[in-house]
Amino acid sequence: MNLAFLGPQPADGRPKLPGSLQVNRRLDQWLRMLPEGAVVLTPGKVELGQGILTALAQIAAEELDVALPRIRVQAAATPTSPDEAVTSGSLSVQESGMAIRHACAEARGIFVGVIAQRSGVSREDIVVRDGDFVAPDGRVLGSYWSLAEAALLAVEATPDATPKRADQRRVTGTSAARLDLPEKVFGAPRFIQDLRLPGMLHARMVRPAARGAKLVSLRDGALPNGATIHRDGSFLAVLAPEEHEAEAAALRVAARAEWAVRDTLPDHTESWLAGAPGEASTVLDRVAETPEPAHRVSGRFFRPFVTHASIGTCCALAQWDGARMRIWSHSQGIYNLRADLVKAMHLPAEAFHIQHVEGAGCYGHNGADDVALEAALLARAHPGVPVRVLWSRAEELGWGPVSPAMLVDVAAEADAEGTLLRWTQHVTSNGHSGRPGRGALPTLLAASILAEPFAVPNAINPPLAGGGGAQRNAVPGYAIPALHVGMTHLAEMPVRTSALRGLGALANVWAIESVMDEMAAKAGADPLAYRLRQMEDARARDVLTRAAEMANWSGRVKREGFGLGLAVARYKGTGAWCAAVAEIEAAERVFCRRLWLAADVGEVINPDGTLNQIEGGAIQATSLCLLEQVRHDARNVLAGSWEDYPILRFSEVPQVEATLVARPEAPPLGAGECSMGPVIGAIANAIADALDIRLRHWPFTPENIAKAIEPTCPN
Amino acid sequence: MSTSFHLNGAAVAAPIAPEASLLAALRGPLGLSGTRFGCGAEQCGACLVLVDDHPQFACTLPVSAVAGRRVTTVEGLGTPDSPHPVQRALLELQAGQCGFCLSGIQIRAVALLRETPRPSEDQVRAALEPHLCRCGSHNRILRAILRAAEEMAPMEAAPRGATP
Ligand code: FES
Ligand code: FES
Repeated sequence: MNLAFLGPQPADGRPKLPGSLQVNRRLDQWLRMLPEGAVVLTPGKVELGQGILTALAQIAAEELDVALPRIRVQAAATPTSPDEAVTSGSLSVQESGMAIRHACAEARGIFVGVIAQRSGVSREDIVVRDGDFVAPDGRVLGSYWSLAEAALLAVEATPDATPKRADQRRVTGTSAARLDLPEKVFGAPRFIQDLRLPGMLHARMVRPAARGAKLVSLRDGALPNGATIHRDGSFLAVLAPEEHEAEAAALRVAARAEWAVRDTLPDHTESWLAGAPGEASTVLDRVAETPEPAHRVSGRFFRPFVTHASIGTCCALAQWDGARMRIWSHSQGIYNLRADLVKAMHLPAEAFHIQHVEGAGCYGHNGADDVALEAALLARAHPGVPVRVLWSRAEELGWGPVSPAMLVDVAAEADAEGTLLRWTQHVTSNGHSGRPGRGALPTLLAASILAEPFAVPNAINPPLAGGGGAQRNAVPGYAIPALHVGMTHLAEMPVRTSALRGLGALANVWAIESVMDEMAAKAGADPLAYRLRQMEDARARDVLTRAAEMANWSGRVKREGFGLGLAVARYKGTGAWCAAVAEIEAAERVFCRRLWLAADVGEVINPDGTLNQIEGGAIQATSLCLLEQVRHDARNVLAGSWEDYPILRFSEVPQVEATLVARPEAPPLGAGECSMGPVIGAIANAIADALDIRLRHWPFTPENIAKAIEPTCPN
Repeated sequence: MSTSFHLNGAAVAAPIAPEASLLAALRGPLGLSGTRFGCGAEQCGACLVLVDDHPQFACTLPVSAVAGRRVTTVEGLGTPDSPHPVQRALLELQAGQCGFCLSGIQIRAVALLRETPRPSEDQVRAALEPHLCRCGSHNRILRAILRAAEEMAPMEAAPRGATP
């Protein structure tokens, strides 16, 4: 969804370079040497808790032949960092990592070349040892550090550098400890929420009383010490020198505001999805004559709106000096954010200096960009004064973009042995990307409620070649002669939607893997064997076989109240492979007790970090499918607190065993999202195993299970 | 307008209105931002601190309630040079992703291990029930706390609870 989404690169005759180096070609955009013996690495991708900075540092240390502690990774900032679009879609190692691998290999070659020329020692004979250039007789001829001032990297990359072969790598492929974790464990001020600027004002937003509500009037009244109000149309905020006073002021102002409200949200999400206007398109169509089927399975799968539910709340700081707007933000894409700030604030791009500062995990496009516009608008009204905006829990759960509700309609046909003949799948959804920086209108929350408002642009579904949105993973990874996959992109967007980890893959894999299980049952086949015999992709077969072995699938014993299910998918059809086996217990509600996961992510930069991501995705997916849905009435999202939007707690977390299939020679594929769809599919299949019911409604709560038990027409 | 108490072993006076929360005092005038804001409603555990060795949600506790008492925050548990066993174990097992939940969880773990030096895995899970982690770091966190328990109570013959 990032660079791939930009489409083919302009044919300007310049050679193709790996990853984001293609569009950020100067080596000194990526790294520089410091005389004191350090390498400063300046990627455009940002740390979200996924460990990317550590992985990138490992890649740089590897290619430069310097010890890992010498690498200092600098957080991204406009306008100096390479523009790597958005940190999303499990693409950071492919895009940033491969750029850094190539840039560092080339940098190493440039330095060695200069040393060879100066010393007369041939470049083939020079060894790089922790940044020193060493001659065969042991003499140190110089170092990166001694040449740090020579501006050797002020050049464009060429396609000629040759990074190390897989068998030469020593630093990548090892589980280096996370560079950022110690500060987070010791409570050092590293998060954006911890940033304090001298003379700073604390601001709180006062949200409209309903979606689309207009501010009609504001009664006068006292405010806490030094607090002021800022109003621009229906954009309403309070500012105060002390944070708790800003909070108190926001409550008072909210009580004095009168809003013109109306109903804007659908009564019943599922029927709305089925009937709302939208644009239908074909994702994939493979026509084939097929015989009369012996078995048919069909079903409509419904997934509600769900959301990111970050543990920390969105925050931004901004300072305006009359010409320059400095912003501190945990945005996943600072250049994309800048593009929307330009539109929303009518300021030139050069005016914005945006510094990335880490936030709590966001898992996609949450309110990080929205709060940056809010801070910038307030800062513009208070020249010279830094303004900090922090969202409340209710704002975090209720006002950030949500992940779209979806319908996935599947109909499959098979012969008497169960061999698939025909499959149709149709996905109905809002767009899964409302990220800033991609269209003519700003997508940022505040832009639509200013006195001079912008229309809210409809979120999009990127094309499948760019990873897709709603249609991500809508194409089954099985051998199917006749296949039709379609999508309806809804024209109206009652709740602002955007990217959440996995996008449409979660619902699509759930639907596909449920239907596969049902078809296996009709054909009297074991779900594992049934899948294996219809999968042509050897790497998919490998992960599935592996996960099944880990779970002792073939030796499983049926236990009352427990069920076992499996599922597999290749993320996006082009990314990492992952298979999951889930064990559930059906008690007063469904608990997922154990998960076994096998993944193939190609080359692994940091195995422990990768496993951490895969397990984290699996647990988040468990939470999403067992518990989560954004509730709303006709006017508001009802998510004032964690009680309204529960997520998995410690007592409900499954034990997880995860393993990686080693492919050191294969290109890296990213790991953050691949486990999610398979885990949801496996849990649904495990529920079917335990209770003999097929769930069509997410979340898998007692209420929705009861719905599935009610007799329906057989299909 | 200030409240005096002991913060991580030192006497402090927090110049803030007495009805402001302890969390606001810590993160604001006292300049210790390791204690996190997550919900303000005792629902996530991000803000947990020890008051006279007992875990308390700093987000709802008025700072006036800790006058004269001992408050311990994550900054008071250990340092990179001298980490608390819980911190050492968290780092050894890389038990965190974004790390936002970890301050409160560490405080809870320290409180638990004081009461129950050799907890079972189920006891650790139960103690952590008030804490949310969205990154899915739960299992590593559980293992880290069990490892810290072992390290802190080496004299006992065998662990009572399950250790991985
Ligand atoms: S911030 Fe105190 S419990 Fe969430
Ligand atoms: S590690 Fe991110 S919330 Fe726990």
